[in-house]
Amino acid sequence: MSYETLQTIWFILIAVLWIGFYFLEGFDFGVGMLLPFLGKKDEERRAIINAIGSVWDGNEVWLLTAGGATFAAFPHWYATMFSGFYLPLFLLLTGLIIRGVSFEYRSKNPDPKWRNRFDWMIAIGSFLPALLLGTAFANLAKGVPIDANMNYVSPNGIMTTLGLLNPYGLIGGLATVTVFLLHGANFLALKLEGELRERAHALSKKLYIAAAVVTTLLLIATYLYTDIRTKLGINPGITPIASYAALLVSIYFINRKMEGWAFISVAAHIVLTQVTFFTLMFPRVMISSLNPDWSLTIYNASSSQYTLTVMSIVALIFVPIVLAYQGWTYYMFRKRISTDKKTLVY
Amino acid sequence: MDPITLSRLQFALTTIYHWLFVPLTLGMGWFVAFMQTRYYQTRDETWRKMAKFWGKLFLINFAIGVVTGIVQEFQFGMNWSEYSRYVGDIFGAPLAVEALLAFFMESTFLGIWIFGEGRVPEKVHLASIWLVAIGSNLSALWILLANGWMQHPVGYVINEANGRAELVNFFALVGNPKGWIFFWHTIADGLAMASFMILAVSAWHLLRKQNVDFFKRSFQMGALVGLIASTLVFLGGHTMGQFMYENQPMKFAAIEAHWETSAPADFSILTIGDLSGKREVWSLRTSQLGIPGVLSFLACNNFDCEVRGVYDIQAEYEALYGPGDYIPLMVVTYWTFRIMMTFGFIMMGASAFFLWATRKKDYENAKWLKFVPFGALALPYLANASGWILTEMGRQPWIVQGLLKVEDAVSPNLTTLDLLISLIGYTLVYGALAVVMVKLMLKYAKAGPDAAMHESVDAAPALVGADD
Ligand code: HDD
Ligand code: HEM
Ligand code: HEM
Repeated sequence: MSYETLQTIWFILIAVLWIGFYFLEGFDFGVGMLLPFLGKKDEERRAIINAIGSVWDGNEVWLLTAGGATFAAFPHWYATMFSGFYLPLFLLLTGLIIRGVSFEYRSKNPDPKWRNRFDWMIAIGSFLPALLLGTAFANLAKGVPIDANMNYVSPNGIMTTLGLLNPYGLIGGLATVTVFLLHGANFLALKLEGELRERAHALSKKLYIAAAVVTTLLLIATYLYTDIRTKLGINPGITPIASYAALLVSIYFINRKMEGWAFISVAAHIVLTQVTFFTLMFPRVMISSLNPDWSLTIYNASSSQYTLTVMSIVALIFVPIVLAYQGWTYYMFRKRISTDKKTLVY
Repeated sequence: MDPITLSRLQFALTTIYHWLFVPLTLGMGWFVAFMQTRYYQTRDETWRKMAKFWGKLFLINFAIGVVTGIVQEFQFGMNWSEYSRYVGDIFGAPLAVEALLAFFMESTFLGIWIFGEGRVPEKVHLASIWLVAIGSNLSALWILLANGWMQHPVGYVINEANGRAELVNFFALVGNPKGWIFFWHTIADGLAMASFMILAVSAWHLLRKQNVDFFKRSFQMGALVGLIASTLVFLGGHTMGQFMYENQPMKFAAIEAHWETSAPADFSILTIGDLSGKREVWSLRTSQLGIPGVLSFLACNNFDCEVRGVYDIQAEYEALYGPGDYIPLMVVTYWTFRIMMTFGFIMMGASAFFLWATRKKDYENAKWLKFVPFGALALPYLANASGWILTEMGRQPWIVQGLLKVEDAVSPNLTTLDLLISLIGYTLVYGALAVVMVKLMLKYAKAGPDAAMHESVDAAPALVGADD
């Protein structure tokens, strides 16, 4: 296969990993953020955690794999992005740490104070990554200060980091948080029983409004802050439109309590938004706001042809296997979760 | 402090920390899988309780291993971006394979194992714990191949055009002998670690005459596996030493404070250097005790081969790589090696003794038992940390042996402030995690097997209010 084809394939593969991560961990993060608000009693909170208990770690591995694959296929992308977003990534990792530990530890001690503390850590540990990922992706679309040596320029250290908190970045972060919240509520309405299910459903209606408003803002802002007009055209094509439509349609399903469809339509929105992001970027992987020629592209950031070939073979063999057993897990644990203590694990 | 020192400090801190939890995961997974299999075959309730009890401790430990591992995955790009650019072609591959092959496997099947009991067929439940054990050991293999490449680069060329190392032979990378010896030494060390954890906890209960049958069976298993594993650790270590003698002679000289080339070479019993760590003040060597050539034996299995000294290698490296200081921090490499090795021998001896002692029916009354709970834990944890510190610091100043120096590997855009924030942040978070984790470990270890039979503490009255 030609070098360029391989580079394109790996761009797509990494996009797929991010999309999978957003889709799966999106509802995990949503569920985590909703936990202290939706669960009033201890059993309820436990039921909510159990709804994602068997899958959250597997879902998080999508992020690790995206990281590892970026390292292997586009070392410069990995190096520039991770060192450039140093402090936000540090915060994101801190979020993931406290969240992961809390799932495992919160039920291991009956003390209500202990449990409540861990529940809040789950919520914060889900909120931080969602907000930061959204902010980071928005900044990627807008462009970040990269110099001729592919290094992130930070003339004034921490101020550069704060520079990520520009209006567009913040809107991106908020959009991610609200959509994940909605996704999480829909997931819980699908996975839980009885009163909790009703509550999740009711909340989903409210969250829909927030998500729709912020997403609309993001859409408008994207035309102002990114090069979407020149890149994709005034009519950006079917994906972004379908993405927006999928979100709008979800309220129809939510109102009619068609939980499966509501979940699917928000999922489609998330997936298509990511597709839009990656088509907007392609073939660039990081846009330099200082000089377009200094942008990282799949051509100047990639590994050698040999490495890409080897990694393609590895991926071809193992990705289907992983998808098969992960899918099978969801199938095996498809039953709804009740608040009956005897059935709860965490 | 400059960003390089801070980055080093942070990498060392986070890696050693991750590494405190990993070996137990590696070893305990096999134990739990074995116990559950025995239950499946014999329907003996004690096996079931054993799988549950040790499985609980396994899970509490696993949680920290996972979350600290996530940090590791990102750190190369965050703190060592120049390194990542330079070797991404090669080093990224095993890392990506590790995630795809091992992390998905261990996390998915662990979910099935935790949640699946009574929900999935028993065979699937049993298979899932085996897959967790295999998955975590596979993850060790791939990361050790990655690290093995940094110690002993193979299968690459330097691309002059872009100044990067590029992969030309994937099979050389995967077959790197350095990585495989690491792997051997490391999984044996995981099993030894788990054995000693089991010995420690079992001894604690036996001293209190609680669940005597349960813990006697555990103790015996721990002693047996502990003996086999620590012997394998020793044999692996000896092999490592010989390989190091060939491919990292400077490290080899440094772990022995071997300044001058000599044949035969003597093992250092005790060497005291000056404060810079680069000059010897006083030393006692094996030849003074009447057995010359022990170091030669470690290096090449005979008592009179030549072992090159630090000064000679320094001179050679200056000729080869240009002026500079190629001597690792001798005090650290020397002492960490001694700690690891001494503790390794003690572990071998102790587990042999335990195994012998368990022939006596009432060894739970023996006096020595009261030293086991603390001693059996301190040994493997300290040996482990020492082993890695020696491996990594013995490689200094290189990050990739002979190719790239640590000072050229660091992210150029990071400021001291950035690093102080993250270093202090990790220290606080990791410190808090350690407190919580140790508290839970102790609580569950002390509560014993009956409490572990319940899925949650809510349902386990024995635990409510236990001890704290
Ligand atoms: C319980 C832990 C433990 C114990 C008892 C030992 N080791 Fe070890 N050793 C490790 C745990 C470890 C480790 C932390 O796992 C290392 C770091 C890198 C590696 O793969 O293993 C290591 C590295 C390591 C190295 C450095 C390899 C290199 O940098 O190339 C040598 C030469 C030895 N070991 C040799 C020994 C010997 C001769 C032992 C005598 C019994 C011994 N080890 C016991
Ligand atoms: C696999 C990729 C790895 C890279 C790129 C890497 C790189 C580094 C670097 C740059 C340092 C700091 C250098 C210094 O402090 O002198 C370091 C130190 C250290 N690393 Fe590694 N390392 C890797 C793997 C590991 C692994 C797998 C372990 C064990 C779990 C480990 C254990 C340590 C320890 C204990 C130190 C402290 C030694 C010291 O402070 O010098 N490293 N490593
Ligand atoms: C610096 C290099 C390392 C990196 C980048 C790294 C990465 C990771 C990551 C991302 C995880 C979490 C996986 C999950 O979410 O399930 C993890 C866990 C794990 N890692 Fe590491 N790791 C490193 C060092 C090591 C070493 C040296 C070993 C073993 C030889 C090891 C063995 C494991 C195991 C067994 C787990 C499973 C959970 C546990 O630790 O208890 N890792 N590692």
